[in-house]
Amino acid sequence: MELFNLFLKSVFIENMALAFFLGMCSFLAVSKKVDTALGLGVAVVFVLAITTPLNNLIYKYMLQKGALGWLLGAEQAATIDLSFLNFIVFIATIAAAVQIVEMAIDKYSPALYGALGVFLPLIAVNCAILGGSLLMVQREYNLAESTVFGVGAGVGFALAIVALAAIREKMKYSNVPGGLRGLGITFIVTGLMAMGFTIFGGIQL
Amino acid sequence: MDKETKDVLLGPIHLKNPITLQVLGICSALAVTTKLETALVMSAALMFVLTGSNVVISLLRNKIPGSIRVITQLAIIASLVIVADQIMKAYLFGVSKQLSVFVGLIITNCIVMGRAEAFAMANPPWKSFLDGVGNALGYAAILIMVAGARELLGSGKLLGYELMPTINNGGWYNPNGLMVLSPGAFFIIGLIIWVQRSYAKKLQEVSN
Repeated sequence: MELFNLFLKSVFIENMALAFFLGMCSFLAVSKKVDTALGLGVAVVFVLAITTPLNNLIYKYMLQKGALGWLLGAEQAATIDLSFLNFIVFIATIAAAVQIVEMAIDKYSPALYGALGVFLPLIAVNCAILGGSLLMVQREYNLAESTVFGVGAGVGFALAIVALAAIREKMKYSNVPGGLRGLGITFIVTGLMAMGFTIFGGIQL
Repeated sequence: MDKETKDVLLGPIHLKNPITLQVLGICSALAVTTKLETALVMSAALMFVLTGSNVVISLLRNKIPGSIRVITQLAIIASLVIVADQIMKAYLFGVSKQLSVFVGLIITNCIVMGRAEAFAMANPPWKSFLDGVGNALGYAAILIMVAGARELLGSGKLLGYELMPTINNGGWYNPNGLMVLSPGAFFIIGLIIWVQRSYAKKLQEVSN
């Protein structure tokens, strides 16, 4: 039950895009059409679900203070704290995981690969992915929690980007003032969406 | 300063602004702007990382093989971010706690990757250095505007000094809570873009 609450929390209350502003660049750039937005959303769910628990294991067994105990013996490892290396290790894991996922999808499901296409490699530099791992460390999630959090955060991002893309498709027919056209009105619309999502803010699960 | 240098250094502040025109580095621009202080620290950290990575990548640009250039760039950027993070933890602990994960997220801040890929890979170190400084200034300009507006309207303060005394403290200003929440940041950047593009009409986009 607690895990389910965490899932709901990471989808709605702490929405990656609208509450934490993570993955904004691709959020704004790839939301012109619903199809492509959906493709990116699925890819983000996929990669977050893999990299967050993976980085959780790496952090717990290699980087945390005293984490190398299984290799060097508890006493010697107690003074070793490699957690300052987490940025470089996490980003390497993410880049490698994205590459592996890309190759696996290409081999086993060419249809999905065609649909995700260019988005997979781009995801390595999507801050939502690295943000997921860093938040996981900050909140001290365990393996099960970090898996649920990864999936939830991805679903939240996908939900937000598909919704924005749908609004932008409709907006093609509106007469927007010159200076606001394109990026400007997208920001305003996202602001309104974020305002909608703040209604989840007070909910305690 | 000849025209080219000026263009590289000052262009990104207005006509090629990384946030409002190149759509780069928006995540952190929105997230760290509830207070002016965090925005200033973030801008400084980004300037350090961006100029550093631009120079290093530009120096190595002829030696980096094309097929692994993304991961090489990421490794260089991540090392610089670790340095910046450690310095901030040592000397500005309070602010670095407030910035939380966003210092780490400079790694995936699209400005750094974007400029490395678009500029530093094709230009000599000195020009890349200027490009880094220019883009960091353009980023800082937007951050300071957004953070100033949000802190002033959201809590009546600037850099912690109370400029407009709030009702809670016996003054007259009723703080606008929306500014502190995330929608406020989106609206303000949207408005900045509107003002900028109404002023420079050639920047306007044709369709929605």
